[in-house]
Amino acid sequence: MFKRRRGASVAAALVGGGAVLLATACGGGGESGDGETNLVIDTFGTMGYEERIKEFEKEHPNVTVEERNVADLADYTPQLQQNIAAGSGAGDVVAIEEGIVAQFLGQPDQFVDLNDHGGAELEDNFLSWKWEGGHAAEGQLIGLGTDIGSMGMCYNVPLFEDAGLPTDPEKVADQWETWDDFIATGEEFMDAETGASFVSTIQPYFRAVLAQHGGAPYQNREGELVIEQQQTTRDSYDTVTSMSDAGLSASLPIWSEEWNAGIQNNSFATLPCPAWMLGTLEDTAGDEGTNQWNVAEVPGEGGNWGGSWLGVPAQSENQEMAIELAKFLTDKEGQLSAWEEANVLPSNPEALQDPAVTEFTRPYFNDAPVGEIYSTTAMELKPVYYGPETQAIDDAFRAALDSVEQGQASPDEAWSTVLDEAQRATGEG
Amino acid sequence: MTSLQHGAPPSPPPGSEGGAGTRPPDPDRARARRSQMWTRLDIRTSPYLFITPFFLLFGVFGLFPLLYTVWVSLHDWSLIGGNEGFAGLDNYVRLVGDEKFWNALYNTLGIFAIAVVPQLLLALLLADTLNRRIRMANVFRMTLILPYITSIAALAIVFSVVFGGEQFGLINQVLSALGLDPVAWQAERYWSWTAIATMIDWRWTGYNALIYLAAMQSVPKDVYEAADLDGASRLRQFVQITVPLLRPTIIFTVIISTIGQMQLFTEPTIFGNNGYAGGSQGQFQTVMMLVFQETFDYQNFGYAAAVSWVLFLIVVVMGLINVWLTSRIKGAE
Repeated sequence: MFKRRRGASVAAALVGGGAVLLATACGGGGESGDGETNLVIDTFGTMGYEERIKEFEKEHPNVTVEERNVADLADYTPQLQQNIAAGSGAGDVVAIEEGIVAQFLGQPDQFVDLNDHGGAELEDNFLSWKWEGGHAAEGQLIGLGTDIGSMGMCYNVPLFEDAGLPTDPEKVADQWETWDDFIATGEEFMDAETGASFVSTIQPYFRAVLAQHGGAPYQNREGELVIEQQQTTRDSYDTVTSMSDAGLSASLPIWSEEWNAGIQNNSFATLPCPAWMLGTLEDTAGDEGTNQWNVAEVPGEGGNWGGSWLGVPAQSENQEMAIELAKFLTDKEGQLSAWEEANVLPSNPEALQDPAVTEFTRPYFNDAPVGEIYSTTAMELKPVYYGPETQAIDDAFRAALDSVEQGQASPDEAWSTVLDEAQRATGEG
Repeated sequence: MTSLQHGAPPSPPPGSEGGAGTRPPDPDRARARRSQMWTRLDIRTSPYLFITPFFLLFGVFGLFPLLYTVWVSLHDWSLIGGNEGFAGLDNYVRLVGDEKFWNALYNTLGIFAIAVVPQLLLALLLADTLNRRIRMANVFRMTLILPYITSIAALAIVFSVVFGGEQFGLINQVLSALGLDPVAWQAERYWSWTAIATMIDWRWTGYNALIYLAAMQSVPKDVYEAADLDGASRLRQFVQITVPLLRPTIIFTVIISTIGQMQLFTEPTIFGNNGYAGGSQGQFQTVMMLVFQETFDYQNFGYAAAVSWVLFLIVVVMGLINVWLTSRIKGAE
């Protein structure tokens, strides 16, 4: 699942009017008189659960499942935080995104320990890092893995043609084995003066490069801020700011209306594409974007961006059935069904090797063999640990990179702003 | 000042003369006395009963949170951990040395200055124009209120196009067609203030103009006719009749706008595209946005509570300054 920020600011403004309180007021499911069980599952973005929920209802005739979906993760997160903190209002099953999962793992009492309900047998269902990522510090199993976001690089075919660059995915990938190569390719592209920029904004590249390094980029497992100690974080930062120095960026803030317009008008040539980004691109570019884009392998190694877990809050009144649902949605068939529906990449190793995934091509992207690209890199991912304050720190980096692109701050100045903000967020300031 | 008698207990109602105790009590009289007592009780307490619901609601949803905020501001407090210990005035001390707070206050006051002053002047002129005999006056009057009832979401989309960047911004496209340099609306502090002030004025000018117009319509026409006969110009009539007669209304709008503007939140939040951060370097983050950022992004409830309290005090001070300033507009008397 993905971080979609479009409209976040509008929603944020409305939150000021007390929408937060309203949102917390609606409760989870319950049991009605005639033995019927109503389950509520809280999701965000596009999870691809529609079909699988129907099957679940077929297998359990007394159960109805309501999917309560919030499009924007930025709106979803505070609601979930407050419902969990308040002890009521959350769904029977809730989706938890990687950027905020550490926060909830830190409050294991608020969730059902799935180890007590046969969860431990499910280990083989998940890539090992995904499996571990759903555990709290003391070993409680809080979340079952849903999808992962392994990376590809989308590129605009006509623009590459205009600039005299190769357009075949393999050749494209060959010419950018490292990020330095990528920047060199970008300079070549800019020299050709197609009128477009090489990258829309350096922000998504930061997250992509960061993820490739793995480890704990922002906070360690004790919750301490390690941005300064972690050399790879600074390296990633320098890599993307040098893209800006090289003049590759169109400086369109990601998820903004202008960024959307940039996609529709072919104003930039590349975009890091975790599996879920394909859907964003297709939705935004519309029919006119058919065959405009193709997908190649990313420079550097594979890396993960995005992905979620399903947990059962302890406040649920139908824990047994909720656990069933969480298992049902995250088993191999469940993940394949979500892949077919929304192209969210499975975290189940068997599903990743299933022909339904590996042989999948996406017509909209010049029949790119996206299944193969994503599943290969998925098997060799380095897991990333994101601490409890990831969302806030990530936002600080976004703003800082924004100010570098706008020419309002030097990379060093912006870096120190990030440190200040991160300290505020972690309470160390 | 009203007479003090308003507050005094009502004089004894008719029928009670004669006083109690001089004659032996009889049942009729006792009943009459009881009913008198009820009447008196009714007269004394009913007004209070009628206003009680407001004060109960205000107490629960206004006063209690207000005071509770003081309590929170004296602690380390977070969403998940709740109360994490008494901190005394630490949060306030931190605030004094916090660059981000001063930056936010500077932004708030700056946007206030460039938004409110032109807004109220423009509203006054619009109201004066619409107060004259013109064709389709009602259509124009209705139009004034349209921005106010337009949805915030629409506002956000329209203005993000108008004040867009170099490539897709409406104004910037016009500028580049004229061969001028594009304006970095988002990136540069003062341009971002200008854009936000425009959004505020677009939304609120009509609202204030309608308030002025309503007040103007209660000014007797013969005053203007007399001024016409004396050969006073339109401008002179406006300055010497309209403005002084509108003094109470002007004070009202100035104070309401001040309170609103000091808590400015909606327009800068939807103008930016990074939530409560107010631009890539906080160049248009207002104090209220800082409160929201500390609360919902960083979950420092204690510090956010301290900032809101200081903001509250600033609003009170600004309000007093306003009263003092506007009281210097020469009254009609």
